[in-house]
Amino acid sequence: MSTTPQSTSTPRKILVLGATSGIAEATCRIWASQGASLFLVARNAEKLAAVAADLKTRGASYVDTAVADLDDTDQHPSLLAHAVNSLTGMDIAYLAHGVLGDQTEAERDFNTAAQILHTNFMAPVSLLTWLANFCVQRHAGTLAVLSSVAGDRGRKSNYVYGSSKAGLSAFLDGLRNRIDREGVTVLTIKPGPTKTAMTAGMPKSEKFADVDSVAESIVSAIDKRRDILYVPFQWQPIMFIIRNIPERIFKKLNL
Amino acid sequence: MPDPTATEEATSQVQSPFESWGRYPTYGAKLLPLHWQSDFPALTANLHNGALPVGMGRSYGDVCLLKDGNLLVTTAMNRLIDFDPETGLLTAEAGVTLAQVLDFAVPRGFFLPVTPGTKYVTLGGAIANDIHGKNHHTAGTFGRHVTRFELVRSDGSHLLCSPTENPEFYAATIGGLGLTGVITWATLRLKPIVSRKIDYEGIQFHGIDEFLDLTNQAKDIEYTVSWVDVTSKGRNFARGVFMQGDHSAKKDDLRPSPKPKLIFPFEAPGFALNALTVSLFNTAFFHKQIHKRAVALQDYEPFFYPLDKVLRWNRMYGKRGLLQFQYVIPWEHAKEGTVAILREVAKSGLASFLAVLKAFGDVPSPGMMSFPKPGITLALDFPIKPDKSFPLFQRLADMTLEFGGRLYPAKDAAMTAHQFQSFYPQWEQFARYRDPMITSSFWERVTQNS
Repeated sequence: MSTTPQSTSTPRKILVLGATSGIAEATCRIWASQGASLFLVARNAEKLAAVAADLKTRGASYVDTAVADLDDTDQHPSLLAHAVNSLTGMDIAYLAHGVLGDQTEAERDFNTAAQILHTNFMAPVSLLTWLANFCVQRHAGTLAVLSSVAGDRGRKSNYVYGSSKAGLSAFLDGLRNRIDREGVTVLTIKPGPTKTAMTAGMPKSEKFADVDSVAESIVSAIDKRRDILYVPFQWQPIMFIIRNIPERIFKKLNL
Repeated sequence: MPDPTATEEATSQVQSPFESWGRYPTYGAKLLPLHWQSDFPALTANLHNGALPVGMGRSYGDVCLLKDGNLLVTTAMNRLIDFDPETGLLTAEAGVTLAQVLDFAVPRGFFLPVTPGTKYVTLGGAIANDIHGKNHHTAGTFGRHVTRFELVRSDGSHLLCSPTENPEFYAATIGGLGLTGVITWATLRLKPIVSRKIDYEGIQFHGIDEFLDLTNQAKDIEYTVSWVDVTSKGRNFARGVFMQGDHSAKKDDLRPSPKPKLIFPFEAPGFALNALTVSLFNTAFFHKQIHKRAVALQDYEPFFYPLDKVLRWNRMYGKRGLLQFQYVIPWEHAKEGTVAILREVAKSGLASFLAVLKAFGDVPSPGMMSFPKPGITLALDFPIKPDKSFPLFQRLADMTLEFGGRLYPAKDAAMTAHQFQSFYPQWEQFARYRDPMITSSFWERVTQNS
């Protein structure tokens, strides 16, 4: 299994933003077992400490943390500079923070919608601007970003969240187009529903993806310098069909 | 189409039937995942109808169920906290599974001090049921190797428990069926190994006397367990295979081998398991080992977890599920009790697929309500046939009581309140340590006045 200690020549230096999210945590466990150096950022100090202890125990060669609210874009440059300094460099930046938000509330109140867009779109754009320029200067690095299959087409059940992820996916397309030639890889990750504790014992949860296998796919896609990852892979043909349903039919569907 | 945004943050409460491993009984309950140590009791502040911490749901009956209540699912609370390779002490959150512990520990040259026949149980569940393994005669129960843990109570208090700190809660929680509070983390003493392999020997036996001889000869062997054919009568009565093994002392690769995973793909129709098919299976199993003795150097996975390879093997029993019956009868009556119960089972014509026989040792458990005690233990499982299974279970439970034995709550869905209270006369003393918010369908069932 992927949690076996593996020997890599020099430990990779990885910056993780939103490190207490379920998928990020599972991904970091694989990196930790490979002996990576990790800098973890999250809002909640207690949760961050629990994740950091876990990764250290699993074999990370170095773990440092910072408690920060990533909605505060003014702080991004100093936070990122501090992280890169602590890691003495950076091979991978993994952006995993985001909120689902309350769609119903966002339909009534623009401020709620704006908050979702800020967290899921504006904040990553701010982070990625700094990180992309950092990597371009060195002609190296990977920017791996959690978007969502929900960004592939707006649906009535979550179009505010979906549009924030659509914007993020489009931003990543453009960024990749700009900096791929500079030796920097941009990976857009589009996960589907993921199996977690709450679905334990539920028969239908077997259709959900296992968070550890999602994490393995992400690590492997980063290692292979992929551009776009649908995970599990079945979402690629499903979303191809969904994107191509004619609008006059799509608008009548309950999705 | 499932909602592609339904990630773990999306919903926090799901109303669902939660199945125990026996798939009987099934009750509706609300599932509340505990992701972080601080989630309890904050998450449950305004709950009604009680709550019960549960892990992987590998208990067979209703100790992991709470009808119309709240199940606090701990499996996402699975972080490691500290590991000391000098002492082998591993501190981890209670939702970490034994499989996850092994994935971490084996490549580092360590192994579980005690393991049951499945690795898909949580650390918290292993403590709550004070599980035992093939090395009970040398190592005692799981709880003996838990040096310390934290128990969080619904009143918000955090109790550090060890043989010297809050010793009464330490004793009540080990084997306490999850009823004393939520275990957030625990420290477990792992033991060093130099190889993934087990020096294995399988020996055929005929009858309980031969089984007892083999048990005596194997006193210094770390792991022993026997499979027994309960379908055969006459000359073949109580024939079986005695299996023994030690961790190989020859230095070897500790890295995991690739694991093929096989998931039992469908629910077997009710008629698939009947006296004839089970008898055929048992005969085949007995003769799978052609010679009286067989030796092998075996990976620990098939030695300890032969059934884990078939991930949902409980489906083999169809929709109605299965009932387990596991007793321990103290040495005084162990032999006559076991023979009498095996005869009763054979007479009933109800087929038990997996009958496992083992001698428990005399290493005491720290747990107040712990199941194992010195003597013979037998575990049987039966597909449920309502009109026949339950009367048989009542007869077997009454026989167990007559022989001075007791049943294992983790594998029970049928014992009466009277039987439970006779098996565990210390239950009233234990009840004083129960968390007032926490209860289970098992507890409700066996503490009623009968």
